[in-house]
Amino acid sequence: MGSRGIKDQVAIIGVGCTPFAEHWDSSLDDLIIDGAQATYASAGVTQDDIDAFWFGTSQSAASGLAMGGPLKIHGKPITRVENYCATGSEAMRQAAYAVASGAYDLAMTLGAEKVKDGGYQGLNAFPIPTDGTQRTLTAAAMFSLILPAYAAKYSIDEDDLRYAVAKIAEKNHYNGARNPLAQFRRETSAEQICRMAAVAGRLSVFDCAGVADGAAGAIMCRAEDAHKYCDDPLYIKALSCVAGTGAGSLDPDYDYTTLNESKWAADDAYSQAGVTDPRTEIAMAEVHDCFTPTELVLMEDLGFSDRGEAYRDVLDGAFALDGRLPVNTDGGLKSFGHPVGASGLRMLYEVWLQLRGAAPDDRKITAGDRTLGLTHNLGGYPGEMVSFVGIYGTELG
Amino acid sequence: MRGIIAAGVHVPHHRLDRSEIAALFGKGGGRGTRSVASYDEDTTTMGAEAARNALRNAGDVTVDSLWFATSTPAYLEKTNATAIHAALRLAPSVGALDMGGALRSGIGTLRTALTGLGTILVVSSDIRDGMATSSDEAAGGDGAAALLVGDDTAGTVIAEYVGSGVATDEILERWRIPGAPRSRVWEERFGEVAYAPLIQEAFAAALADAGISTDDVDHLALTGMHSRAVQRNRARLGVATDKIVDDLAGTVGNTGTAHCALMLASALEAAGPNEVIMLVVLADGVEAVVLRTTEAIVDHDVSSTVSAQIAAGGSVSYGKYLSWRQMVAVEPPNRPAPNRPSASAAHRRGAWKFGFVGTRDRSSQMIHLPPARVSEKGGAVDDMEPVALADTEGTIASFTVDKLVYSPSPPVVFAVVDFDGGGRAPLELTDVAAHEVEVGQRVEPTFRRLYTSDEIHNYFWKARPVRSADPTRED
Repeated sequence: MGSRGIKDQVAIIGVGCTPFAEHWDSSLDDLIIDGAQATYASAGVTQDDIDAFWFGTSQSAASGLAMGGPLKIHGKPITRVENYCATGSEAMRQAAYAVASGAYDLAMTLGAEKVKDGGYQGLNAFPIPTDGTQRTLTAAAMFSLILPAYAAKYSIDEDDLRYAVAKIAEKNHYNGARNPLAQFRRETSAEQICRMAAVAGRLSVFDCAGVADGAAGAIMCRAEDAHKYCDDPLYIKALSCVAGTGAGSLDPDYDYTTLNESKWAADDAYSQAGVTDPRTEIAMAEVHDCFTPTELVLMEDLGFSDRGEAYRDVLDGAFALDGRLPVNTDGGLKSFGHPVGASGLRMLYEVWLQLRGAAPDDRKITAGDRTLGLTHNLGGYPGEMVSFVGIYGTELG
Repeated sequence: MRGIIAAGVHVPHHRLDRSEIAALFGKGGGRGTRSVASYDEDTTTMGAEAARNALRNAGDVTVDSLWFATSTPAYLEKTNATAIHAALRLAPSVGALDMGGALRSGIGTLRTALTGLGTILVVSSDIRDGMATSSDEAAGGDGAAALLVGDDTAGTVIAEYVGSGVATDEILERWRIPGAPRSRVWEERFGEVAYAPLIQEAFAAALADAGISTDDVDHLALTGMHSRAVQRNRARLGVATDKIVDDLAGTVGNTGTAHCALMLASALEAAGPNEVIMLVVLADGVEAVVLRTTEAIVDHDVSSTVSAQIAAGGSVSYGKYLSWRQMVAVEPPNRPAPNRPSASAAHRRGAWKFGFVGTRDRSSQMIHLPPARVSEKGGAVDDMEPVALADTEGTIASFTVDKLVYSPSPPVVFAVVDFDGGGRAPLELTDVAAHEVEVGQRVEPTFRRLYTSDEIHNYFWKARPVRSADPTRED
């Protein structure tokens, strides 16, 4: 028994991504087609070359038919995957395992979400009949619970902490301004964000991820076949997923200063990949900054900061483009936008660009001798979430 | 001996300063305050809160039936008393009946219980509205009272039933057709004159039935929606003014169907042993009930008294009051309104939804809210016992204010509550201003109506601050 992973068994040979935006003129079908075409182009293959498909969407459609119909995929398996906001990463994980098993030569994963046809701002969950006792808070309010708990635990002034998380949004907007695919391409300052009205706890609208339509995809094959398709593939080093039990809203021991499922997924992924010191081994990371406090505590859960120190590291610029471990170099959910089912694969798209030196010059990181990138994707709320961590590298071994 | 075993009331937290009415409209209102049911309260939830207090005060008494009287029921056709029954976690063998519709049903239900059989929990509750600036709006009050009636073989009787008198008459003095936003009244003088002989008749009949004289009355609780008839005829009964029970008009207002029981609860808190309390209620005729306190009242402890609840209130602005009563439509958050709850899902989870009953894992002792079959600690399967937490206080572990989410009265103030003795639940807070919430604050569960969707009232529990008598301002 053990989580062994599939290190170096599967190669990613192409990743594509549409612009993330309020695509008033694009349907889900349009997004699927545009995302797929970008992905085929990146891999240099055609749709007919693909043996099996995994389609991630959280709320926009159901079943593999939603992908097969618009793309006219004939006689192939297509599986729809859903795991909250980690849907895109989960679709990729299923495709990768299918390739690693030897069942298919080429597998494609595509995530897409059409959120802007709903008529309301923000994301709105699919209504399942219940007894009416479920909590109805917004995700923003749920994640806002982190700040007072974190401030109290580490004796940080709440205003200072609020400024620190605004610096996270400032960084991600700075990066997103350098990303032609991003939803929000305007820089903003922590000071400006702090002056905005609070909408959930201390959080303002600018502490929340952009809500956008979009699609992203990836194509993968067995590692030994990678060079048939691609000179510079990425090798999957680790894929980890942890689903919680909702213990945070049940167990008085949970204190809202950590996202346990993310910590467990990171530990598992580091073990699969053989990473012992993420701070010196990981070149860059794309993490699930759905709200600014999320990125703060993730720095600790992913081992990028010591407990209680992420706040100082953020203020010191440790995670900026030129910092010791650049995080969300494409602008993250905050600035790139968050089409739920596509986000996990959008993260992979940035790792694909950065590790292979293909990112635009104005947001290119200096990786030095580091060859690993990390994506972290979650769905749910503090104390009750699914969490995904993936690690990818340019080298085998 | 048969009589009152215990009383409990619910005076809603919010008070409207009547002077705000004239400040806005240039007329209406008056002096003092009236009680205001919050947006998440209805006659059923208020009745449940009053009944919880009554049962707390009663000690270990087995209830045979619950009778619920209101002129403003949350549902027609569907019984409202069953929701109160469920909130009290009463056994299925305990009856639950609605006696509502008319204002007279409050005193009528009480008299029927006192002259009947078995141990009856008599709950009365009303929300008194009127058009803006109307006298009904200013003089009315919202509230509920519960009286546990039974024989001394079932519990300790603190006030014995000794007699009653009735004078019934068909009078078109006050009326409302179902669904109408306000009551209508005939010219005031008509009722004043018409009630005068009825009051005398019922009063005399009750004295005769009890075998006492006017001088024996120690506490006279005279009430009715026709305030002029009440005031003009009170002096004519010959009861000394220092024996008149305060009608709470200056603080609570007239709670309609519930008011005689509210005044009786108030009188019981003030009364010594062997004192005669007389209730006289004007409503389409007059009903009078005579009770005599027993020695047991001396040692009868009352938690959450009428006076304590009145003192602990906090104010609500007139604008918010008008929006809560849907007299003014306020822009809601631009978010989807919640779905209606599923009847079958609610029924399966009735103990949780209505009774706030979770489960405790026998092996790890961990409490699970909502109830679970598999333990979070240790993973034991189907080894849980029910644990009722409705009467357990808790502490706020963390909280937030959500200005984005749908609510009938935004913003939502929300807290993670850790209950004394174990168990955690994320709960909406109520009867609280966002700025007065803090980590470590003490809260207690309260039965509320979360929202109404597809004409289904979604009842569940919220948490409210444990309050001593400290008035607070909130808006």
